[in-house]
Amino acid sequence: MTDLYPIIRSQEFFKEFSEEDVHEVAGCATNIVLHPGQYVFREGEPANHFYLVRHGKVSLELLLPGRGVVVVETIEEGEPLGWSWLIPPYRWHFAARCDTLLRAIALDGECLRNKCEANPKLGYHLMLRMAQMMESRLQASILRMLDVYGDKH
Amino acid sequence: MATSIELTQAARDPMIPVPYVVERFLRETNDTFSLELEPFDPTYELAFRPGQFNMLYVFGVGEVPISISGDATDTKRLVHTTREVGVVTRAMRNLKAGHTIGARGPFGTSWPMEEAKGHDVVLVAGGIGLAPLRPALYWILRNRDEYGKVVLLYGTRSPEDILYSKELAKWRSQFDLEVHITVDRATTEWRGNVGVVTKLVGRAPFDPTDTVAMVCGPEIMMRFAVEELTKRGVAEANIYVSMERNMKCGVGLCGHCQLRGEFVCKDGPVYRYDLIEPLFVEREL
Ligand SMILES: Cc1cc2nc3c(=O)[nH]c(=O)nc-3n(C[C@H](O)[C@H](O)[C@H](O)COP(=O)(O)OP(=O)(O)OC[C@H]3O[C@@H](n4cnc5c(N)ncnc54)[C@H](O)[C@@H]3O)c2cc1C
Ligand code: FES
Repeated sequence: MTDLYPIIRSQEFFKEFSEEDVHEVAGCATNIVLHPGQYVFREGEPANHFYLVRHGKVSLELLLPGRGVVVVETIEEGEPLGWSWLIPPYRWHFAARCDTLLRAIALDGECLRNKCEANPKLGYHLMLRMAQMMESRLQASILRMLDVYGDKH
Repeated sequence: MATSIELTQAARDPMIPVPYVVERFLRETNDTFSLELEPFDPTYELAFRPGQFNMLYVFGVGEVPISISGDATDTKRLVHTTREVGVVTRAMRNLKAGHTIGARGPFGTSWPMEEAKGHDVVLVAGGIGLAPLRPALYWILRNRDEYGKVVLLYGTRSPEDILYSKELAKWRSQFDLEVHITVDRATTEWRGNVGVVTKLVGRAPFDPTDTVAMVCGPEIMMRFAVEELTKRGVAEANIYVSMERNMKCGVGLCGHCQLRGEFVCKDGPVYRYDLIEPLFVEREL
């Protein structure tokens, strides 16, 4: 297996992690390549991985009964994808479709969880990073929920 | 009909609207339209700075502040882009070529076109906020050599709500301008970005230590945009925002637009963020 340490080290998401912690994380990583139109995961499937997009664009889709499929967010190079691997029952709430060729790092969710349990310092850093990502997604959702462009300008 | 002298006199009195003829009505999106106006008096010379607004008067209905969205070098034609939200803007939507409308102005402060010279420029627009920024973009494109990298980040509700889509397509194909568009929601046919405009700030190509940012949109969006810009390293003193308040006189007389000691019509609408920040925060209480 190729050592993915250098690739993970260069990711914005892990920028502030110690060398030791990145090595630990790299132990859970695989490289994936998917083609346009392929799904990284689908709604309802077990959420076994956490992804870091290295190249390409992914659309997060949701099927709305009566309205069809809507794209709720696009994820691009340098961005993390998915937090359902962290929270029981570990199932995806959205589908993730590749808009372009996708190169990503896939981190095994169970492996990451075990490492966090065994190494609380790593666990804390990872949770902190995940919380930051969730916070910015939450802020974005609030902005959209307010429908600021549709109401006041 | 008023004589040309009367019209010139009227132009000197900021409280008396100058009559204009609607030359063209352009439907931009489902709820937004542009009016191209020409003064009744053909000798009347228009002059405004990007970011300024006019008080547009629909005769018999009422008057509203609307930013100028056209090219500042065009001295014969005034362009306003308006979203239909209520009584006056709805009446404006019903105007047709040949109809008359009054305008007082131009009023207020403008985008920092001089201060931005020699620096990268980031324009962050949300929804109808692209309209007041368009004159700034025209200005930059006419004087392209005087600015560094230029980036337009534009967010709106859905692909159908994208303003000036033809112009945006043209700008996107230009090598000297970066245009990134995102929408809040879309169907799978949309090939572009989905997400809030503030997210684009993080990955836009500009040097944060040498950038002037101009932000226009709903206030909440501007707050988040400023946060992202400062996170990226842009100094608050290099960020400009355009504030909106209800207005009546437009010239600092009636107090309608007052925020603490500020008359937004006269001291604004364009403010340097570090100077207006307490007011942004105050509104949060
Ligand atoms: C400096 C300045 C520049 C502006 N530039 C533009 C512009 O370029 N294009 C444009 O479309 N609008 C612009 N506006 C906003 C515009 O002035 C208002 O939308 C307009 O006054 C509404 O008038 P109305 O009679 O149609 O609505 P009203 O009948 O007064 O209001 C109807 C509904 O619209 C809501 N409303 C009122 N004002 C606003 C507002 N500012 N934004 C959103 N909803 C509002 C009211 O709360 C109410 O629910 C600008 C405002 C300012 C202060
Ligand atoms: S609108 Fe009258 S003082 Fe500003």
